[in-house]
Amino acid sequence: MLSREQQGLNWLLQWFDPRGRSIGGLAFILNRITALGLVLYLYLHLYYLRQLTMGPQVWNAFIDSAENSPWIGIGELFVIAGGLIHGLNGLRIALNSFNIAVPYQKQLFYGLFTLALIGIAFFAVHMFGA
Amino acid sequence: MSDEKWTVTFIIHRQKGPDSQPHFDEFTIEIHPEEFVLDGVEYIWAYKDRSLVFRHACHHTTCGACGMRVNGVEKLACMTKIADVTQDGGKIKLEPLRNFPIVGDLVVDLGPLYRKMHEVHAPEVIPLCASPWEGEGIKPPQETPKREDGEEYIRLPDCIECGLCVSACPTAASDAEYLGPAVLAAIHIQGIDENPDLLALADSREGVWRCHSAYECSAVCPSNVDPAWRIMDLRKQIIARRLKFKK
Ligand code: HEM
Ligand code: SF4
Repeated sequence: MLSREQQGLNWLLQWFDPRGRSIGGLAFILNRITALGLVLYLYLHLYYLRQLTMGPQVWNAFIDSAENSPWIGIGELFVIAGGLIHGLNGLRIALNSFNIAVPYQKQLFYGLFTLALIGIAFFAVHMFGA
Repeated sequence: MSDEKWTVTFIIHRQKGPDSQPHFDEFTIEIHPEEFVLDGVEYIWAYKDRSLVFRHACHHTTCGACGMRVNGVEKLACMTKIADVTQDGGKIKLEPLRNFPIVGDLVVDLGPLYRKMHEVHAPEVIPLCASPWEGEGIKPPQETPKREDGEEYIRLPDCIECGLCVSACPTAASDAEYLGPAVLAAIHIQGIDENPDLLALADSREGVWRCHSAYECSAVCPSNVDPAWRIMDLRKQIIARRLKFKK
């Protein structure tokens, strides 16, 4: 109920301040951060894919360098984590929007977040395990 | 109940008007753990600093005037027990509500909320059959007693227009036009079937579709309004109308 001028920079920053937030608020922050991460990933993905148009040598050299870099694996795990957390929480919000299980939104979040953590652990072991 | 008092430091947001620089002042007082935050604020005003600006009226959660942030969380100061928010030797940080213009220190201008409540003709009394019923979501009681003359009993609505929900809402923080939890709850309680103008408002860009499901409104509401549940129920009703191609 404050105009942009009255808010200063708060309108941009306040949403991701976790202090004093309840579970629902933390879930919203996590959902937005992962959403922004996924959008960033989408653009990086398209940017690097453009090398496909530059011929097989360029593409193969890129794949070789990607395979040798630990950062690509870590980045991929972040994408998986972001996708799982955002996607599963998205199901919660979608269900809630039909007024299904709104009184249990916290329990739903705990359950789905645990599921996301299990998924992340599974992929981490699969990708980095011996 | 023991008579032992606690030593508590209140860290209070000070700001003389919307354009001046805010700062924090500290006041250390002796206070009983069973007393309330508002008691501490009144003590500070009475004995430490007469220029402290705060607002209250009823002292028992019906007026909604003493809303503020206690340690970062929206509360009515009159019903927030000292023992619930600090310990002996501890601190209590008091700040004004967010998302409203500052008047001074702990007081904000709730005018924007009152005007929006007026726009949706938020009722002063509601029939008993529209009262919330605790349980899975908020539902009207199954059976409401009738008066001898056959008329409905009426009661005050639960919303005391304290603004805590608007302050806690991250969407209200970034969108000044968003109707907000209290106003959408006021639409819900009147019913969109009976009020096409309210349906149009709820089903608008700044209505139920603007909500990002953070559920902070229901977490802080001191009066069992459960605005988040009501917003989700409005969404359900609006989707149902669309699927049935209802006009
Ligand atoms: C895996 C399936 C997905 C589901 C079920 C899903 C679900 C949702 C839902 C329900 C919301 C609304 C949240 C709210 O009201 O605050 C949302 C927001 C959003 N999603 Fe997704 N999403 C998915 C995948 C993705 C992907 C792959 C991207 C990016 C490429 C993405 C980007 C976004 C963005 C940018 C927002 C807006 C966030 C905000 O305003 O806070 N989502 N998603
Ligand atoms: S809905 Fe609850 S928190 Fe919001 S103004 Fe009404 S009583 Fe206060």
